[in-house]
Amino acid sequence: MSTKLKGRGSNSNENKSGDALPDRLSMIDPEEVKKELLARYPAKVARKRSKQIMANKIDEEGEVPVMSANVRTIPGIITQRGCCYAGCKGVILGPTRDIVNITHGPIGCGFYSWLTRRNQTKPSSDKDDNFMTYCLSTDMQDKDIVFGGEEKLKTAIQEAYDIFKPKAISIFATCPVGLIGDDVHSVAREMKEKLGINIFGFSCEGYRGVSQSAGHHIANNGIFTHVVGKDDSIKKADYKINLLGEYNIGGDGFEIDRILDNCGISIVSTFSGNSTYDQFANSHTADLNTVMCHRSINYVADMLEIKYGIPWIKINFIGAKSTAKSLRKIATYFENPKLIKKVEEVIKKEMPQIETIRKDVKKRCAGKIAMLFVGGSRAHHYQELFKEIGMKTISAGYEFAHRDDYEGRKVLPDIKIDADSRNIEELAVEKNEKKYIARKTDKEIEKLEEQGLAFKSYNGMMPEMEAEALIIDDVSQYETEMLLKIYKPDIYCAGIKEKYAIQKNGIPMKQLHSYDSGGPYAGFKGAVNFYKEIDRLVNSKVWDYLEAPWQANPELSAKYVWE
Amino acid sequence: MLLRHTNKDIKERKALNVNPAKTCQPIGAMYASLGIHGCLPHSHGSQGCCAYHRSALTRHYREPVMAATSSFTEGSSVFGGQANLIQAIDNIFTTYDPDIIAVHTTCLSETIGDDVNQITIKAVKDGKVPKGKYVIHASTPSYVGSHVTGFSNMTKAMVMHFAKSTGKPNGKYNIIPGYVEPSDMTEIKRIVEKLGIKPILFPDTSNVLNGPQTGRYSMFPEGGVTIDELKSSGDSMGTIALGSLASADAARSLDSKWRVPCQVQDLPIGLAATDRFVNALRIAAGVSVPDEITRERGQLLDIITDMHQYFYGKKVALSGDPDHLISLTEFLVSIDMAPVHIVTGTSGKDFEKRIQDITSHLPYKVNVKAGGDMFTLHQWIKNEPVDLLIANTYGKYIARDDDIPFIRYGFPILDRIGHSYFPSVCYRGGIRLLEKILDALMDRLDRDAPEEKFELVM
Ligand code: SF4
Ligand code: SF4
Repeated sequence: MSTKLKGRGSNSNENKSGDALPDRLSMIDPEEVKKELLARYPAKVARKRSKQIMANKIDEEGEVPVMSANVRTIPGIITQRGCCYAGCKGVILGPTRDIVNITHGPIGCGFYSWLTRRNQTKPSSDKDDNFMTYCLSTDMQDKDIVFGGEEKLKTAIQEAYDIFKPKAISIFATCPVGLIGDDVHSVAREMKEKLGINIFGFSCEGYRGVSQSAGHHIANNGIFTHVVGKDDSIKKADYKINLLGEYNIGGDGFEIDRILDNCGISIVSTFSGNSTYDQFANSHTADLNTVMCHRSINYVADMLEIKYGIPWIKINFIGAKSTAKSLRKIATYFENPKLIKKVEEVIKKEMPQIETIRKDVKKRCAGKIAMLFVGGSRAHHYQELFKEIGMKTISAGYEFAHRDDYEGRKVLPDIKIDADSRNIEELAVEKNEKKYIARKTDKEIEKLEEQGLAFKSYNGMMPEMEAEALIIDDVSQYETEMLLKIYKPDIYCAGIKEKYAIQKNGIPMKQLHSYDSGGPYAGFKGAVNFYKEIDRLVNSKVWDYLEAPWQANPELSAKYVWE
Repeated sequence: MLLRHTNKDIKERKALNVNPAKTCQPIGAMYASLGIHGCLPHSHGSQGCCAYHRSALTRHYREPVMAATSSFTEGSSVFGGQANLIQAIDNIFTTYDPDIIAVHTTCLSETIGDDVNQITIKAVKDGKVPKGKYVIHASTPSYVGSHVTGFSNMTKAMVMHFAKSTGKPNGKYNIIPGYVEPSDMTEIKRIVEKLGIKPILFPDTSNVLNGPQTGRYSMFPEGGVTIDELKSSGDSMGTIALGSLASADAARSLDSKWRVPCQVQDLPIGLAATDRFVNALRIAAGVSVPDEITRERGQLLDIITDMHQYFYGKKVALSGDPDHLISLTEFLVSIDMAPVHIVTGTSGKDFEKRIQDITSHLPYKVNVKAGGDMFTLHQWIKNEPVDLLIANTYGKYIARDDDIPFIRYGFPILDRIGHSYFPSVCYRGGIRLLEKILDALMDRLDRDAPEEKFELVM
């Protein structure tokens, strides 16, 4: 390794939680690492990547460097990213159990998004609709590509209706569909008329945008336009919130539900873990929107506020402390002493057991280092959990984030719209005069802000990380391999495509999209699960067997001869 | 119930595929490409396809599956993907340094009509392909055929690109193993070599997709057919292609281009199909079958005769790929099991005909469908229940709902290991299949037996 070593001031190798870093790390200069990551690329590629690889710097005002994000992936680079369709059908609409999803396209796209994300769902009875185990596709053939597939799509919708009798059907366009000019929206309108159920389409062809993120946006716009606001009935509950950007991977949502339930807080609708059509339709009746994965949904929170008057705050149920903090935020918002008291009781009841386990795990994990390259908010959120057991995130980045996810929401006005984002529709939303109810007056909001409750705001990953941490957007396979060599992390977190190449290097790898087979990791129980899981991964002896005895001691010498 | 909306009422469907029993061409092409030593597969299209194919293969093998993509944007979709592919080729060789890039197309690049052949010629002209390195390509639109077609197309592309005839026979036989697991490829090679025949086996994913944990990752593992071997395949004495859908095209094109005589055999799954394979090898190469192989055959047969009472008359439902299902059905019939519902997602009249031939003498009706789906299979099962289900991992939803003993077989297997290490082809593979069948059936007997009938010795 040619990375230049650099001595640092004596206090610079202490992280914020006060745990000393391994010595080898304090000797690594991120700027040098960056150079090394870029050295091999063709000049044009290096230039582009250099804007997406950044040694973190935080100045006195808390400002961080500008991060290039949500830009095109360089062909051939071996990216983590998937496509718009995956973001739309897979991530956002996938977890809703009672909408029949039809993929309009050749068979593959539908096939690969069939049950492969671990978004769990629990219908309230055996009689309730649950279509999640079904994969429906128009399975386009060459004649459909040549002559158009609209007729086939109509027939498919009819056939799906005949079998499943759902209350809603959605249609997802895959790459070839847009090109041959099939109009999924007009087909949807026609069939909606004919069948008398809600049917809507998504133009989520894989080539739109630069990553899954475009698909999240298209999906959320679609749900907002076609479903939200359709049911005005008011749920009887004291504190009604929506949970936005929570996908119930590995049962995260169930654990969050449990905690909120204990506090007496009711969820009207989750976007979209364990969700149903009716919940979406009724979601505009909630009194607060709490935003978990802001990357995938912050714009919906904005639209719900403009149209229906529901304020939103950022919350985060990843990490025990974050969970407690998020509950307190919600309680603060409702300004009811009873709720505030209840929340404190719940926290007080949950925390002691967590602390015992946390402290025990921390004994074995403190000082170890992690790298997180995943998603659009998890690479940030999960640093919290690592911190709780004394582990430090030395390098991180997102797969499909935007600048605000790195730098904080305040940079939104500075983000330039490029050709790739222009084709993702921004909905022009207006106040709905009939349904708009201001949940709080401006005064009240101001007062809450004074109490420290931040509305419409989230921090980026960078201001909350160490200076000198290496931030990388849309990391490539090559960069991953270099990072492993240079930093030798104790654990690396990413997705399934990265998993085994990392583990083959003898480094444990945790999937943070699907959680491998684990979870939940959100909420209180989730935190405990995660501590234990990381303990298992970074302290297991299975990684010690990499060398066979004859590899460790290849020379045969006389003393091995049998006596 | 997990598949609670599936009922007995079978309605004909013209447009809707529900719970597919196939997937798309490029994944088969990617899998085949990984069976070339030093190869990086490349998906020419938008990046989602590549991400999906890599993920699916990774989950099935629990091994690194590297592949690059042209990452089309809306612009490339309108103006064509030439610039993307040329840039990709440049980046791949500079950054990852494979010996060969195997490009397959996707629905998108096919719909646009990108001429990949012309683009790769341009890449060479532009100096983006270093000396001694190669770019090959196959056209794999998913709106034609299935993943098996993609495997076939890429395998054909290998020989079309590399095979040459020097006029000097190399004394070897080309063996195209079909769309089977790495473990199966090893086993096929072992049998061939045991007969004293030197094989050129391609593609060969053994030691690629079942690699060891060494603590040192290498993007290009040891295994795979070498480029030199592929070049030499035009000088071989003959080609034996296993599985007509996956392997015949490559074998036939070697035959017509370089006059390498070929025969197409069924995949050697089960007793009779393996007999035919071994016999074909013996006759083609003029060798005798060593006792060791005859002994393995005898062992397989021994298990069949020993355990026949457990197989006899048991009804089986199957879903999978045509080449596999043909041999598997034949095997089940040969041990007096009763395959009653057979479905593949891959279309083709030949398949239905073959299955009908294999099952025509049976005293019951056999449901068979090419171009079907697992929803149909499940409905058939609801109408006529079975004692055993053999399918890929998706079958477990059917098995759980209807409480059917279940064996995972085919692609993908996302929830168990074994397929990449233990073969299911040839005699030893037959033994493994029987073990699995017996485990499933006998575990069920144990589970369901009333206490007084619960037996120690079975
Ligand atoms: S667009 Fe085509 S190639 Fe890509 S995943 Fe879908 S079916 Fe497969
Ligand atoms: S960060 Fe992860 S969970 Fe959130 S939207 Fe992105 S992929 Fe999904």
